[in-house]
Amino acid sequence: MSSETSNITSEPPATALVAVHSLNINDTELTLGLPGESRKIGAKRRFSVITDLKLGGTDRSDSECSVVTKSPPSRKQLVGWPPVRSYRKNMTKSDCKYVKVAVDGAPYLRKLDLELYSGYQQFLSAFEDLFSCFAIKNVVNEMKLMDPVNGMEYVPTYEDKDGDWMLVGDVPWMMFVESCKRIRLMKN
Amino acid sequence: MPTMDPNRKKSKPVDLVDSVDSRVELTESTRSCPFPDEVLERVLSLIDSHKDRSSVSLVCKDWYNAERWSRRHVFIGNCYSVSPEIVAARFPRIRSVTLKGKPRFSDFNLVPEDWGADVHPWLSVFSSAYPFLEELRLKRMAVSDESLEFLATSFHGFKALSLLSCDGFSTDGLKAIASHCKNLTELDIQENGIDDLGGHWLSCFPESQTSLEVLNFASLNSEVSFDALEKLVSRCKSLRVLKLNRNISLDQLQKLLLHCPQLMELGTGTFMQELISGPVTEFKNMFSNCRKLVTVSGLWDATPLYLPVIYPVCASLTFLNLSYATLQSSELANLLFHCRSLRRLWLLDTVGDKGLEAVGSCCPLLEELRVFPADPFDQEIFLGVTESGFVSVSRGCPKLRHVLYFCRQMTNAAVATIARNCPDFTHFRLCIMNPGQPDYLTKEPMDEAFGAIVKTCTKLQRLAVSGLLTDRTFEYIGQHAKNMETLSVAFAGNSDLGMECVLKGCPKLRKLEIRDCPFGNAALLSGLTKYESMRSLWMSACNVTMNACRMLAKEKPRLNVEVMRDEEGSDDSQAHKVYVYRSVAGPRRDAPPFVLTL
Repeated sequence: MSSETSNITSEPPATALVAVHSLNINDTELTLGLPGESRKIGAKRRFSVITDLKLGGTDRSDSECSVVTKSPPSRKQLVGWPPVRSYRKNMTKSDCKYVKVAVDGAPYLRKLDLELYSGYQQFLSAFEDLFSCFAIKNVVNEMKLMDPVNGMEYVPTYEDKDGDWMLVGDVPWMMFVESCKRIRLMKN
Repeated sequence: MPTMDPNRKKSKPVDLVDSVDSRVELTESTRSCPFPDEVLERVLSLIDSHKDRSSVSLVCKDWYNAERWSRRHVFIGNCYSVSPEIVAARFPRIRSVTLKGKPRFSDFNLVPEDWGADVHPWLSVFSSAYPFLEELRLKRMAVSDESLEFLATSFHGFKALSLLSCDGFSTDGLKAIASHCKNLTELDIQENGIDDLGGHWLSCFPESQTSLEVLNFASLNSEVSFDALEKLVSRCKSLRVLKLNRNISLDQLQKLLLHCPQLMELGTGTFMQELISGPVTEFKNMFSNCRKLVTVSGLWDATPLYLPVIYPVCASLTFLNLSYATLQSSELANLLFHCRSLRRLWLLDTVGDKGLEAVGSCCPLLEELRVFPADPFDQEIFLGVTESGFVSVSRGCPKLRHVLYFCRQMTNAAVATIARNCPDFTHFRLCIMNPGQPDYLTKEPMDEAFGAIVKTCTKLQRLAVSGLLTDRTFEYIGQHAKNMETLSVAFAGNSDLGMECVLKGCPKLRKLEIRDCPFGNAALLSGLTKYESMRSLWMSACNVTMNACRMLAKEKPRLNVEVMRDEEGSDDSQAHKVYVYRSVAGPRRDAPPFVLTL
């Protein structure tokens, strides 16, 4: 797909800026480092390496729950399959904030409901449950996950509403929940 | 079933299917029964099962007549297999009717709208034949507001209405029912294609309405007047089933439960509420008076904080429907710890294999398990349950009889283990969601899995297969599934041989539904002598041609052979959707243009 990377731009759309200005400025300060540490107002620390990767076409709709990605050509949507009645199709909670989580090297994605967690620590421990092989390794200024089996380190990153790929932990938790569209654990 | 007197002269039995002339008169010369008709009728009136009654009617003319006069409930599995006139002529004293319409695959959008199964012609005939009709249960029928209004005004003693998977009506139709049916005991609205125009219908129940026993509006989306609902519930002292919709809040539920301590089945509204004080404190006693509760459903939006509210009633629950609650494994485990008496459990696959382990350890009496997919159409996601969850349940729940399981991976070995652990399966529906997917460990077809099921589970009545399957699966089914009545097949098989094995080998087969399989004309025609003993056959996206369908129709005039045209169908020689069913009513007269009756 030729349009894979063209959706990721460096200019935040006007609507995102308006949303930011309407919030209490203290809550939305962009800072480096984990919440609780002394803050510096600065530019977003964009994880530029990721923007060069082919991530699949991303639909820039506002609905985080329906991010469309390219499916393998052999798996097109079939009528009436799986045999689930239509009233069961809308199963997600009304207040859900589901985001897809991709792990480098794993063929399938998972979903996490960000509404369930009250902060980064709780959120990261969900990865331990979800993938059952990660241990949280907190390095100064950065959060990492480690697979003790093979010693691989993974850095959690996320795509925000602007389409930029950021390091998880850079912004206050509530702002992260608000702006996160999808998550990727990148091999270090 | 009453035993026959061997000394009695037997007259020619009347075949139910062949009987077009239903006016079998009893004459003196054919009377052979030593009992007066009234006595025989009285005895036969004690028989409820419609299968038994059909058997009774085949014994002799005396019994046929006694049965038809004493029958109060008629079950019509396919509304086009018989006409309302024939039914009314044969059974003069019906009080209760169950009527099913569209083929089951219409639930999954495989049948176009306006296909038929209109209930109105039935209501017209019934209004003169059965003015005292009390109960009507419809499944997959087309029902209009006009029909509901006609129903409400034509049958003055009408008591019970159940609509499941029907479409074509709106809440205006419900207004008519609520307003006019003075003796209503049951209003059960489930999963219908309904036009929800608002909740005013509930306010149409007059103050004189005190007889409601069953009220189910869980699938309606709009808000009803809580005041009207509360008053209704308070004055209906016999209310035993109450299923609310999602708009009813927890504190409203609490108020309602104060008025109906006699409730046996409850569907809650939303099970989460923003509160200042802790939810458990606030709602701690909500269920303390509900000593008769055996079924709980609803539980939308339930979170770990709120689930403990139902713990007090869990010990006596026999049916818990959690298929609208996106629970995780630990929440489910904590809940099931209290639910030791469960016989039936419906879940979402968000509970994962760990959640199913909890099912296996907490619910030894479990007979029915259904695991629905929370995210069926997202092919990227790998969530849900696997073979290991199913095996855990089978280990802890040897009494399992009825399973519906949606998953994304399965192995032959796991299913063989499951069959060994649960040999009493009567209903086994396994849906591996990716079509044609093999055993994910061995990469082999899933033939041995279903082979194990049919070999081990001799009581199997209903089977749905999935995954990568060769003709071998169907050979096994034909050889071993001697009690199987319903089979659903999709994306399976190699050749005509598969379908032929099933048609030849399964004596009790009644319903066969097939989609996207390489079964062709030889397979279709191999069932020539079989289809009259079945209710129906559905074949879509297979390799059947129009000519073969015409041949079938010609050879078997008592079958209706219907072909549905595909909208984009360019190839008119192919029969894209074929629906074959036996009928004593002849070809449909109400078929829409896209349905061709051959």
